[in-house]
Amino acid sequence: METATRFKTLKDMPKDDYMTPGNTLCAGCGGALAVRIFHKVLGPNVAWVNAAGCITITMSYPLSPIKSNWLYTAFASAPAGAQGVRDALDVLMAKGKLSRSEDMKVVVVTGDGSAYDIGLQSTAGALDRRLDFYYLCYDNEAYGNTGFQMSSSTPFGSSTKTTPPTPAFPLGNTNTKKDLFEVWRTMRAPYVATLANSHGVDFLRKVEKGESVKGPKMYIAFAACPTGWGYDPKDSVELEKMAVQCGVWPLKESVDGVVRHTVIPRSLTPVREYLKAQDRFEHLFKPTERTEAIQKIQAAVNSYWEKVTASEGAQVKLAQTA
Amino acid sequence: MLDRVPAQGDRAGQGGGPQMNGKLLTGNAAAATAARLARVDYIPAYPITPQTEIIETIANWVREGTMDSKFVQLESEHSMMTAAGAASLAGARVFTATSSQGLLYAMEMLYNVSGWRAPMLLVNVSRALAAPIVLEPDHNDVLAARDSGFLQFHSETCQEVADLVLMAYRVAEDHRVMLPAIVNLDGFYLSFTREPVVLPSQESVDKFLPPYEPVGPMRASKPVTRGSAVMEGYLYSYFRYNMHAAALKSKEVFYEAASEFEELFGRSYGPVEGYMLDDAEYVLVISNSFTALGRQAVNRMRDQGVAAGLLKLRMVRPFPSEEISAALRGRKVAGVFDQNLSPGLGGIFYPEIAASLYHTKGRPEAILPVVGGLGGKQITAKEMGMIFEEMQAIDRGEKAPSPMFLMRDDELARVKKTVAIAEGES
Repeated sequence: METATRFKTLKDMPKDDYMTPGNTLCAGCGGALAVRIFHKVLGPNVAWVNAAGCITITMSYPLSPIKSNWLYTAFASAPAGAQGVRDALDVLMAKGKLSRSEDMKVVVVTGDGSAYDIGLQSTAGALDRRLDFYYLCYDNEAYGNTGFQMSSSTPFGSSTKTTPPTPAFPLGNTNTKKDLFEVWRTMRAPYVATLANSHGVDFLRKVEKGESVKGPKMYIAFAACPTGWGYDPKDSVELEKMAVQCGVWPLKESVDGVVRHTVIPRSLTPVREYLKAQDRFEHLFKPTERTEAIQKIQAAVNSYWEKVTASEGAQVKLAQTA
Repeated sequence: MLDRVPAQGDRAGQGGGPQMNGKLLTGNAAAATAARLARVDYIPAYPITPQTEIIETIANWVREGTMDSKFVQLESEHSMMTAAGAASLAGARVFTATSSQGLLYAMEMLYNVSGWRAPMLLVNVSRALAAPIVLEPDHNDVLAARDSGFLQFHSETCQEVADLVLMAYRVAEDHRVMLPAIVNLDGFYLSFTREPVVLPSQESVDKFLPPYEPVGPMRASKPVTRGSAVMEGYLYSYFRYNMHAAALKSKEVFYEAASEFEELFGRSYGPVEGYMLDDAEYVLVISNSFTALGRQAVNRMRDQGVAAGLLKLRMVRPFPSEEISAALRGRKVAGVFDQNLSPGLGGIFYPEIAASLYHTKGRPEAILPVVGGLGGKQITAKEMGMIFEEMQAIDRGEKAPSPMFLMRDDELARVKKTVAIAEGES
């Protein structure tokens, strides 16, 4: 399974940057960091195709922090935009109207609102057609750009602007987070991977791995969101690390439908600590601790890792639910 | 330009090339054939009645290798239009087609694609809009796109469908324009009706329509940012005015292209087309396939000694206000036949035509609004005749120009019968 990699340690992170500093995203934006690292691995020849989201606004005429091509399409149809760019390049090269040296990696980049909700249909279409493209979803678990409303990626218990905790609805969001990894996998994506900025080598290797895959290469990057989640922007990478270590954000990949976890915590830290570090879960702790809800979240995480233990033979020490 | 309808020339195709002259083609086949002659690179598609024959025909040609293009079926019209615009920005000549609900489903992207200044071509096969769902045409679908920034050219015949596809590419891709275009044809009345279509040779089309030269395409060697946000209203206004200026400019480009088209193919196309206008006092303004019914009505009125005439709208965006003003100056009464309905307003063309005439000296004393043919409702000779009779009655001062909504007594009787069944009264 393991192939040769040019990324052994974080020191192997490519030096060249294609995303300049000084963009308009929030300080500590996990999405911006994910795009920056992703681009480093892809190299310069990229056509980004974007759907409405936080990063859209960074391409504010006449400025762009991205040194490669960029096309903003619409909220629902970035994968179809990628289809058009990919097909145009292919047909023009086939007809000899375009030099092969002009070929590019076509990369969709969207937030979770587009990926999980409004853009899912066009993603399904691109997967059906086995479009040769990358999809990078920076997942901040809500509609961040519009001020943090619930998306189908929002986890159970999170407060958002459309799921505010009230006496009648004390838990905030009571839906559970959609498993987009599984949705994409069962739509026969040849490669699906989750990423976290805190786990750089894992991140780099997965993007590298996509290079050898013909067809859709699908990535969901955990994107800590200081403004939406409520924590100090300097702690973004630390918070992503906590998410991986407590098990709410599993790092894994699927190659032709076969799932493998790439980072397996030996011992899960209590999910309570991760929740407590963010204002979006504050109502689970104040004025009184919602023990039952926190236990429910912990139980879901434990149940997930029990299945991983069973299917992959991994040894994971679960955290206590109470 | 505003003389009688130009004779449908048959000089095209002379000097060799495939012998396809005067071939019987449906409007759909004419559209597909013209797309092939235009050497389009890319066809993103999604099926909808009555457009399907266009994309089926092209899919077959691409698969059998007689059309050198890439055909991809998308999962919706919204995606289809996204792919179309994106491919155009990447440098491909793009063709696609839709109808009705499909056009509305894609509507968000129409505004984007025109804002991207991506000069792709969309053939719309008109079909009235749900609800209630119906298959036959009126023009509420294509007129919903009238403010989108797409140029619009509407066809009366299958010949016009083919010719306007070629003309539309020439105009849209001109660097003074760089806007996408719609060529409209009526579902059923044109889409599924065979008419003789004179097809030009590939050589002559190549002469008329050079390869697409994109402006600032997405390239590895020269990256571009397209579709970026503007955070200030003055910047937005600038870009919108720019589109407006380009759309206005496209009329001049259309005239240039039409002149060259006539030289090469012998058929002459203006933004509007007159029929029996020379001494006409009562002029019916109409568009698309029902224009043929209007022509018949004019002939019958002329037989009865009435100075009837007709003005066909071919170019809908940009709106040919000057041409309309010139053509209707000095007439007694104009009637505007709107095969569309804006509930609460009336016909959509009516106010556009009235506005075109407002500052015209010697404008018609009255303009009669007529709404008819919704959902493909057939219009008989008698109904067309009534419109001219109404115009004369208005001229004689017997009537005010109040809106006409066409529905015959026999149709109304059928309506009543059908409603009775629906309501359980047998």
